[in-house]
Amino acid sequence: EERELVKGSKEAKRQRKKTKKEYKTRTVHSNLLYYRTKAEDNPNRHYADNKIKTTKYTLLSFLPKNLFEQFHRFANVYFVFIALLNFVPVCNAFQPELALAPVVFILSVTAIKDLWEDYRRHRSDKEINHMDCLVYSRPERQYLERFWKEVRVGDFIRLRCNEILPADVLLLSSSDPDRLVHIETATLDGETNLKQRQVVRSFLDLDCEFDPSKYRSVIECEKPNNDLARFRGYITHSSGRRDGLYKDNLLLRGCTIRNTEECVGIVIYAGHETKAMLNNNGPRYKRSKLERQMNVDVGWCVIILLVMCLFSAIGHGLWMYQYGEKRPVFDVLSPEGTHMSPVLSAIYLFLTMIIVFQVLIPISLFVSIEIVKICQVYFIHQDLELYDEETDSHLQCRALNITEDLGQMQYIFSDKTGTLTENKMVFRRCTVAGVEYSHDANARRLAMYQDVVDSEEEDCPSHGGTLPRRDSVTSHQSAAKVVLRSQSTKSHRRTGSRAEAKRASILSKHTAFSSPMEKDITPDPQLLDKVNDGGSQMDFKRFHSQSLSQMPSELTDIIDFFIALTICNTVVVSSPNQPRHKVRMRFELKSPVKTIEDFIKRFTPSRLTSSSNNSSSSSLNRSSNRGCSHLLTSPSAESTLTKLDEEPSSPVPAPPTLGTCYDGKPGSQEEVELRYEAESPDEAALVYAARAYKCSLVGRLPDQVTVEFPHLGRLSFELLHTLGFDSNRKRMSVVVRHPLTDQITVYTKGADSVIMDLITPPPTDDSKGKRHRRILYKTQNYLNRYAADGLRTLCIAKKVMSKEEYAVWLRRHLEAETAIQGREDLLFESALRLETNLHLLGATGIEDRLQDGVPETIASLRKAGLQIWVLTGDKQETAINIAYACKLLDPEEEIITLNADSQDATAVLLEESLHYIQVKFLCSSSDPSRAFQNDYASVYSFSPPASSSSSQPFLVHRLGLVIDGRTLAYALDSSLEEKFLAVARSCRSVLCCRSTPLQKSMVVKLVRNKLKVMTLAIGDGANDVSMIQVADVGVGISGQEGMQAVMASDFAMPRFRNLQKLLLVHGHWCYSRLANMILYFFYKNAMFVALIFWYQFHCGFSGSAMIDQWYLIFFNLMFSAFPQLITGTLDKDVSSETLQELPQLYMNGQNSEEYKPYMFWVNMIDAFYQSLVCFFIPYFAYVDSDVDLFTWGTPITTLALLTILTHLGIETKTWTWLNWLSISFSVCLFFTVALCYNASCPSCFSPSSPYWTMQTLLGEPLFYLLCVLTPVAALMPRSVGCARKCALKLLPSDVWLGPESPSANCEAFQFPTTITALHHHQLMLSFTHTTLIYKRHIIVI
Amino acid sequence: MMASSYNAKEEDGHVAVPVGGTIKNKKPDNTAFKQQRLPAWQPILTAGTVLPAFFVIGLIFIPIGIGLYVTSNNIREFEIDYTGTDIDDPCFNCSQSFSWNNTRPCTCALDFSLDHPFESNVFMYYGLSNFYQNHRRYVKSRDDSQLNGDINSLKNPSKECEPYARNEKAPIAPCGAIANSMFNDTLDLYYVHPNGTRIQIPLSKKDIAWWTDKHVKFRNPGNNPNLTAAFQGTSKPINWRRPVYELDTDEENNGFINEDFIVWMRTAALPTFRKLYRIIQKKNNMTPTLPRGNYTLEVSYNYPVRSFEGRKRVILSTISWMGGKNPFLGIAYITVGSVCFFLGVVLLIIHHKYGSRNNSADIPN
Repeated sequence: EERELVKGSKEAKRQRKKTKKEYKTRTVHSNLLYYRTKAEDNPNRHYADNKIKTTKYTLLSFLPKNLFEQFHRFANVYFVFIALLNFVPVCNAFQPELALAPVVFILSVTAIKDLWEDYRRHRSDKEINHMDCLVYSRPERQYLERFWKEVRVGDFIRLRCNEILPADVLLLSSSDPDRLVHIETATLDGETNLKQRQVVRSFLDLDCEFDPSKYRSVIECEKPNNDLARFRGYITHSSGRRDGLYKDNLLLRGCTIRNTEECVGIVIYAGHETKAMLNNNGPRYKRSKLERQMNVDVGWCVIILLVMCLFSAIGHGLWMYQYGEKRPVFDVLSPEGTHMSPVLSAIYLFLTMIIVFQVLIPISLFVSIEIVKICQVYFIHQDLELYDEETDSHLQCRALNITEDLGQMQYIFSDKTGTLTENKMVFRRCTVAGVEYSHDANARRLAMYQDVVDSEEEDCPSHGGTLPRRDSVTSHQSAAKVVLRSQSTKSHRRTGSRAEAKRASILSKHTAFSSPMEKDITPDPQLLDKVNDGGSQMDFKRFHSQSLSQMPSELTDIIDFFIALTICNTVVVSSPNQPRHKVRMRFELKSPVKTIEDFIKRFTPSRLTSSSNNSSSSSLNRSSNRGCSHLLTSPSAESTLTKLDEEPSSPVPAPPTLGTCYDGKPGSQEEVELRYEAESPDEAALVYAARAYKCSLVGRLPDQVTVEFPHLGRLSFELLHTLGFDSNRKRMSVVVRHPLTDQITVYTKGADSVIMDLITPPPTDDSKGKRHRRILYKTQNYLNRYAADGLRTLCIAKKVMSKEEYAVWLRRHLEAETAIQGREDLLFESALRLETNLHLLGATGIEDRLQDGVPETIASLRKAGLQIWVLTGDKQETAINIAYACKLLDPEEEIITLNADSQDATAVLLEESLHYIQVKFLCSSSDPSRAFQNDYASVYSFSPPASSSSSQPFLVHRLGLVIDGRTLAYALDSSLEEKFLAVARSCRSVLCCRSTPLQKSMVVKLVRNKLKVMTLAIGDGANDVSMIQVADVGVGISGQEGMQAVMASDFAMPRFRNLQKLLLVHGHWCYSRLANMILYFFYKNAMFVALIFWYQFHCGFSGSAMIDQWYLIFFNLMFSAFPQLITGTLDKDVSSETLQELPQLYMNGQNSEEYKPYMFWVNMIDAFYQSLVCFFIPYFAYVDSDVDLFTWGTPITTLALLTILTHLGIETKTWTWLNWLSISFSVCLFFTVALCYNASCPSCFSPSSPYWTMQTLLGEPLFYLLCVLTPVAALMPRSVGCARKCALKLLPSDVWLGPESPSANCEAFQFPTTITALHHHQLMLSFTHTTLIYKRHIIVI
Repeated sequence: MMASSYNAKEEDGHVAVPVGGTIKNKKPDNTAFKQQRLPAWQPILTAGTVLPAFFVIGLIFIPIGIGLYVTSNNIREFEIDYTGTDIDDPCFNCSQSFSWNNTRPCTCALDFSLDHPFESNVFMYYGLSNFYQNHRRYVKSRDDSQLNGDINSLKNPSKECEPYARNEKAPIAPCGAIANSMFNDTLDLYYVHPNGTRIQIPLSKKDIAWWTDKHVKFRNPGNNPNLTAAFQGTSKPINWRRPVYELDTDEENNGFINEDFIVWMRTAALPTFRKLYRIIQKKNNMTPTLPRGNYTLEVSYNYPVRSFEGRKRVILSTISWMGGKNPFLGIAYITVGSVCFFLGVVLLIIHHKYGSRNNSADIPN
């Protein structure tokens, strides 16, 4: 003990030293001590208060700050530069003020948007800042209501059940007898299970109510940081004693207090320094592939611009030069009256031309793209098919600027558990002591669920009646005892009515893992009998004080098996009927005090169960998590002492009430349905399974687990240690003292591959050993069978330790716990030491059901040319079976399995597989008998996109590749990755099992970087986060496993099957819309600018423009802006139904068919042609006439506008009333503006002074004749191009049409244009359409 | 940028969990707009829709074109160049000896004959070639508010007029390069009667400028009917012989509202242009405006074009509803119409040929 103290003080000293040196800590005093003193004396004055301000701007700072931010964008700087260039007299082209207009307009649109967003934030801040909480006030000596924003560091606040924490609070007192507080952290990490938090140790045993005014301690803790899973510090009391503070003492802002009546704490971090706020980083900014491509073309535009300017400048120089010294009258002198040399003049002109041609760099393109993307996101949000009624959630676009990337995906990397499957674990079968219990009834029950889900139509209102009682938002309070039988559960999953769905969603929100399907397990009668039998025998033995060792080993195994299922977990029990008190039935332990016992007692960590130790929880930083939870367990002298005080006083055997409890008459407590909150669904599934056999977990305390058994009644297991699950050990263990045998028993549960290795090898000779071997053998067989059925397998084992053994282990374990260096490793080793020589009890098979529509989704995504890889942490057999179930692997196709132990072996394997693939698929193509099959295989072939590094297309064969984690690690080595990719890319499907999160992200990175493809990663758990972040598009499933994946993702959706519509429909639309819009933008600007360029040939390259500068500047912003936005937002080249029925159309986007580099040039050439027409038709119509500059320029503007709009009309595939409206609006707007402008002021708009020009033009027939002729002539090539495509490539509609509605009839003509693009790549498409048998079309172009 | 803070509230980490309230259902509305099911017309360019369109365009355009062509051909136009570049030209001497500050007028006379009578009103234009009235700096070099009669601008011309804003401190009225370079040849037309007498043809200088220009845009400064007083303190443009208030004797056509001046101020779009000079009104229905026969054009040669190798012309033309003589539009309509028609035929053939081939191309496998 002394040694410990010394150690502690040493540690403290070291800490203090560190503090001084680095000043990394924060000291918090009670504010009450300083309430009279001036504010400057309060030691807490430097800390942020609890007022939050997420706004970026204040009224004053808005303008400069916003402008500063906007100028980070290069385009804005460019346009401002050009506008400023206009103020230089020698090269100004427009009225300088006017030239500022577009830039100011663009900047102010963005500024207004920012302002609005900021205002929204301000409002939400205000709302939050004005929430109420109870703060202790010294003058009134009680807790008073205060606003959140008034809370300061060092304040004491009292929180009641269901209140939200206003700040990060150190827990000092709780009404809970165990001094615990339960909090729900769903808003922070999305985990729905309750977390326990503990009162600071020094205040643990405070008997009276906590009085803040008596608090004198000083808290020293870390500086604010964003690590949710870490908090370290210590509290120094006035007595000089010091206690550590841990993560479990801290209540985080944003969490909700549950199941606890009241608690008091001191504010440690407030406002922006809370962990929740520090964790709040905005959405991600990614740049989409399309945008990257676009930027290349923007670069080309710049080059074209410079070339045009240079050409004009040289032209101007030459034009000047030809006049020599004789200055013509129209060559106006400089304002100073001096001549400029041709060279100087040319240089000035170059700058002028940049201004005149600035429109070529589309200033409004960036803004338009953002507007269109916002609209696209809006429509994705609004899609009914992407809405999940069960959870009342719809698809969430977290990244707003990569919607079009969805249409270009080539590889999908998917997690398995929770993504392909429901992550709703259902207990299916088990084997105990070598006997298999198939649970047929249970299987039938599950099948029935499926039926119910399938036939949702049958409405049974009577069944709804079972649910309303659970209908409460705070379901913890009133979720009444509902005896859910299999019949009544029908209504849960029915999604027919909204109310029902709402109820279901509330339910599922609060009890994450307890859908009735998982809860109501029908026990296997045989096993149930045995359990009863075992229970009664044990009871008998206990009653007669006989040793249990004489019992048949099978029965003890069975009982132990269920004990293990019940207690070897971190499940928290709560009772819905008693919301504010958790189930408390402390059955005092009978603990004979022996010497060794005493020793053990003394060093047994007191109230430790860090439930957060489980690896399935989404701790941000697992290692630090482990480190600190162990910190918590380091014994403090005081608590050990109190513990010792209390121990001897309770050597009472089981209380008498117990006896009445079990003998057939269920007590009142038994009716209470207990709620199990587990951190991972498998744990809950096992506990529910055990409950079906009447072995129910009724209470869990930090040091004790209470289980109710048939005949035996309630037994309390003293919990000595919990060795949490971690992914390296792949198992978890609990060390308990068995209440019946009083032995120290270790129950271990874990992956079969690990546990089977740890089983004590049975002695070879005696019969017992033989029996054991048989059991082992049989269990292994069953395990294999479970895996083959796609079940998740877990092995259950136990170990009985002698007190001496335990003491030895404990000593070293405690050493490990108190070690400072390499604590984690030592604890890991300590766990390894404990988990040896196990005795196998049995194994369980848990089914993780496939989500609805997964096989169909995978099939159609694959048809769409997407390569799907599944990366899972599961074992190979399970993964393969799930892969078969979801049609990822096809029974007909061959599977290459790569399992190797070493680098070299992996290399050899890869070499062989490559060779095999080449031999089998490349050579056999000459074999006529296999030709068809080969064709069939090449159905799935696609050429890599143009950007791909490899030039030759590769074939994807009907092959599956399965690789395990270890081999994957070797294959990912830089020496082998090329080969691995070569093998993997020629397989139709790839399955990586037993892969770690890091490997997942490495695989994604490898494929993405080496194959230069667009990758999408989809997952639901914390282990998928790295993969999601690496991929081009990360998709999170907002399912069972918390919000980690969602937080990291770009898109979050409720179900896997939503991926189909998201990619095939929305992705396609977003891509094609945006691609077309961008191309159109380039075309439009080039066409408009070229008009002025042609004019330079007729005005001595003087930079003159026949288009009035007002039109020139507002053409893009006003006259031609709306229609393209409408088309960019609403146009559909192919209908949603067709896209889903013909996933092949998706390849269009994969190969970037809508926006190839050459298309930019095609558009440019078309733009130049059209501008030539628009320029020269009016030119020849007015040549050698008395027309003046702007009376000639106005028709040209009009013609350009009409041509551009008609062009858009040709490009628009579907015309809704919005398209009509926007186009007519644009035309009307132009004429209205022109007429008003030309009538407004006779002498204002120098130099064009266009007074009455438009009015005069409208009176001339020539103007109308031009308006008819020019667009027709200008658009002839484009429409001929379109018509040629249609006339040539139009396939008879019956091929493309199944039995479809007449509305689809017109779409039939649509496909060819899309499909023909594919034909360029010599693609043979097959359609296994409902009405069609396999057909092939080879169209020669 | 847009993405920076789309849903700031959700990410604050403290979205209020509705306590005791009802949870709002987030189900999207099932409306045609939100589900992107708006009724749409799909103008698909198929053979069925494109071919008729081509034929229809062709059939409409060709007659229009023919009509336009015929109309244009019915316009009488006569053009005579009087630049005097050749030594034989009557105006050669004038053109050689000329500079802007020449005060002595140089006159020359050109004889020409019209083969066809001009029946309706004849518009007399002067035409300039190679004159870049559309040069950027030239176009800007004017002050519209001065021309609109603004007293302030009259005294302080806009700096756009530089370096033609002031002459020795005195503001120039009208200022700017355009006004400074105003065309100042005087043209007279004589009909040479077969009996040898020269009859001067009356040239009307009314209504040669836009009505709005004459009455709205251009105004003399002040309400002073005495223009001399109104322009007191201003200087004439450097190249001008006379100040602006002596452009004409007619009070309604003097100063800024002189129509010749207004016409000149409307800068031409292209370097070769014509400007309306005079109108020869048709006298009665019996005699043509300009009968067949010989004419003499008397030019008071003031305007130098040699420095930029310009040409000066006089054009006599009748006009139709679609303006002066210009066969281009008619030809363009005919061409576009024919091309459309031709394309329609070609597409029809292709469609007929390949469309049916495609039909047979899909071999069931």
